[in-house]
Amino acid sequence: MRALRFGFVAGPLIGVFWVMVAATTVAVVMSFATGGAFRPSLTLAAVWGALLWPASWREAGRAGPAVAAALMAAATLAGLGPVVIGNGVGTGARAVAALGLGAGAALPLGWMLAGLGRGALSRHAFEAAVIRFLTATGHVIFAAIVAIPFYVMVMTSLKSQQALLANPLDFSLDLDKGWGVFRSYVELFRDFNFGRYLWTSFYVSVLTVIITLLVSIPGAYAVARLRFTGRTLFSRSILLIYMVPMIVLALPIYIAFSMTGLRNTISGLILIYPVTTIPVALYMLQGYFRGLPAEVEEAGLMDGLTRLQVIWKITLPLSLPALASVALYVFMIAWNEFLLAFMLLDDPAKFTLTRGVAMLNSSEVPRQHLMAGAVIATVPIMLLFLGLERFMTKGLTAGSVKG
Amino acid sequence: MTAANPPRGKGPLARREARLAWGLLAPTIISVAAVVILPLLAVFWISFKPVTLADLRPPTPLVRESLRGGPKAPGDAGQIEYRIRNSSQDKPILNVTLTDEIPEGVEVGELDPRCALEGRRLSCRLGDFEGGQSERLRLPVTLTEAYFASGADIRASAPVVTGESVNVLTSGEFTLENFRAVFDSREFIDVLYATTFYTVFGTIGAIVVGLFAALLLNHAFRGKGILRGLYLFPYVAPVIAVAFTWVTLFDPFSGSVNALLVQMGVVETPINFFGQRPLALVMVTVFEIWRYFPLSFLFILARMQSIGAEMYEAAEMDGASPFQQFRWISLPMLMGILSVLFLLRFIWTFNKFDDIFLLTGGNAGTRTLTVDVYEQAFAVSNIGAGAAVAVVIFCVLLVFSIFFLKYVSREEGL
Repeated sequence: MRALRFGFVAGPLIGVFWVMVAATTVAVVMSFATGGAFRPSLTLAAVWGALLWPASWREAGRAGPAVAAALMAAATLAGLGPVVIGNGVGTGARAVAALGLGAGAALPLGWMLAGLGRGALSRHAFEAAVIRFLTATGHVIFAAIVAIPFYVMVMTSLKSQQALLANPLDFSLDLDKGWGVFRSYVELFRDFNFGRYLWTSFYVSVLTVIITLLVSIPGAYAVARLRFTGRTLFSRSILLIYMVPMIVLALPIYIAFSMTGLRNTISGLILIYPVTTIPVALYMLQGYFRGLPAEVEEAGLMDGLTRLQVIWKITLPLSLPALASVALYVFMIAWNEFLLAFMLLDDPAKFTLTRGVAMLNSSEVPRQHLMAGAVIATVPIMLLFLGLERFMTKGLTAGSVKG
Repeated sequence: MTAANPPRGKGPLARREARLAWGLLAPTIISVAAVVILPLLAVFWISFKPVTLADLRPPTPLVRESLRGGPKAPGDAGQIEYRIRNSSQDKPILNVTLTDEIPEGVEVGELDPRCALEGRRLSCRLGDFEGGQSERLRLPVTLTEAYFASGADIRASAPVVTGESVNVLTSGEFTLENFRAVFDSREFIDVLYATTFYTVFGTIGAIVVGLFAALLLNHAFRGKGILRGLYLFPYVAPVIAVAFTWVTLFDPFSGSVNALLVQMGVVETPINFFGQRPLALVMVTVFEIWRYFPLSFLFILARMQSIGAEMYEAAEMDGASPFQQFRWISLPMLMGILSVLFLLRFIWTFNKFDDIFLLTGGNAGTRTLTVDVYEQAFAVSNIGAGAAVAVVIFCVLLVFSIFFLKYVSREEGL
């Protein structure tokens, strides 16, 4: 490690790695965006990485990285940059790739190597530069792994089967078709009953939330406030339920439902769903109730309210934010639930959304329909999440005791 | 002077409080018992039963009624024929009975010795039916004026047949065959290997990636809130949507990843990511890491932000480098939450079913124990064997739960 702690070693080395990251990123992004042939050249990336080092010297001034970026963009257009661009690619895409590469490689590198100097480095300065490199790389990688699947999901749903098979990388939209790009969605709602599945999923989830809250609020209050033998044991063991895999429970439930005729009914589903969420809701709520000042409730008791009135008039109004978190979390679980819906529902008239999407996974249904179904299932929960992120994140954190 | 003794036992107020508590908890306890405890006991019961998917439809006697001999005018003779058969080809039905209402105006001739007529009500005891057995029961009748006048139909009242079938689930028949089938198969070693690999690497991977993500966002900058929301996407989206997206993305024929790799010259021919050993197992583990890193991320970030800045400032003064600060301050402070996360994630990764089922269906060496339950019970239609696997899972979980109670509940302050 000590041998690396010189500006003339660390500077070019970080440069090499960063230009490789930048070149790969630009090639992947441009391939996904245009379907054209973009290809990172690691050899050229290494050369450029070493060449960019002087741009970060103090002598180069503030303009150093900008000049380097311009040079690199020009070289890329000339075919000498770290990204090799195929012949079929249009001028516009070429220019965007070159500019993106120049800016994406040289400017962050200037920031990473700023103040590094050329001679021996303190451990502090060296590690700071490495961390800046790792931070930039980390942001690129995380953005890629999170965004690419969702991008592909949305774009595939807007394409046609032939276009996909012809070039799986070409996600550019055929805007000439106008509203025609939404054909998959129209067909899902028209021919595959997806409007109905949306509605079923919605009311099943809402009912699950209501029943869960009705059962878990009194339970959570009892565990949090009332003294009784077995209280500790109860609060400990309630979460043990989540150690039992759903598939183990689903087997006897399937048998019981088959024999009693509850299989293939929505009411059967509504009987089961809340039970899968009650323990976690109870756990989340009792944690919150414990944090509320007991004095307020005691004052209420002194003034002649019964316990139930105290819950209704004092505890619940005070815990509205927690209730919102729990409700959202439970809604998300019910909305996303797949296993039970898959096992218990066979009749296409009664499918929930997740079960409906599973039905699309067959060789007779084109891929873009499956992806459109996935988008329909994802969008509502994402909108809820983005709109109410604060509550949702709190719910996720508190509820993570459930897998 | 007598010593002051605290009151012993419970006073009426305490008893009332306890009663109220149990009352408030009753719905939870009842519902959990019905949906969790009962099924668990049932799984143990079924695992010792020779029960297949077909046994869930018990054999029932079926009957069809018809009027034969074509009586058209008053005084014509004919026959009412009941055709009774066993719906199952191999299982007997015991004590089959038939009852029917004979319409007004139908005169019944000689009765079958097994039947009796009370008023207009016909009832027959037909004895036992073997599997696949069918029988015709004929009843000679004469139609009178009144029958035609009333416009009644012989078939207006549907005959009712009943019978007792032996249900394997409730019979006294037990077997160890299920466990033998599970343990004997060579696949079981594969299943254990896949489960261990998936669980260990999925857990560690998700925590390490989550830790890295948390380190990235552990300082204030513009757009941090958006990034935090974005990082949670994989976890919040329905598993069915993201799993099918991955399958589409890595498809050997029309998948973008393969196209990208080929175009960049990394590989010559497309790779069947989810269809070949041992890559498929690695891929489902990577999916698991991708989908669940947000959870560890959320936890670790919350814990990191509660570490005071003074400690880092002091370390900075003492000349500690950034990596040293991470190694000697952040990591020890995070150890508690990391170990809890490890235990929790370990159990849930072990329990995970949906992800693998949707990605590979348990093929190409990705069949974990939970997927095996489904495969045995529904693909092979041997519910008993599926339940036997479930019992194996349960025993493993009992071991986990000891750790859980010992460490997690202490950390969580329960």
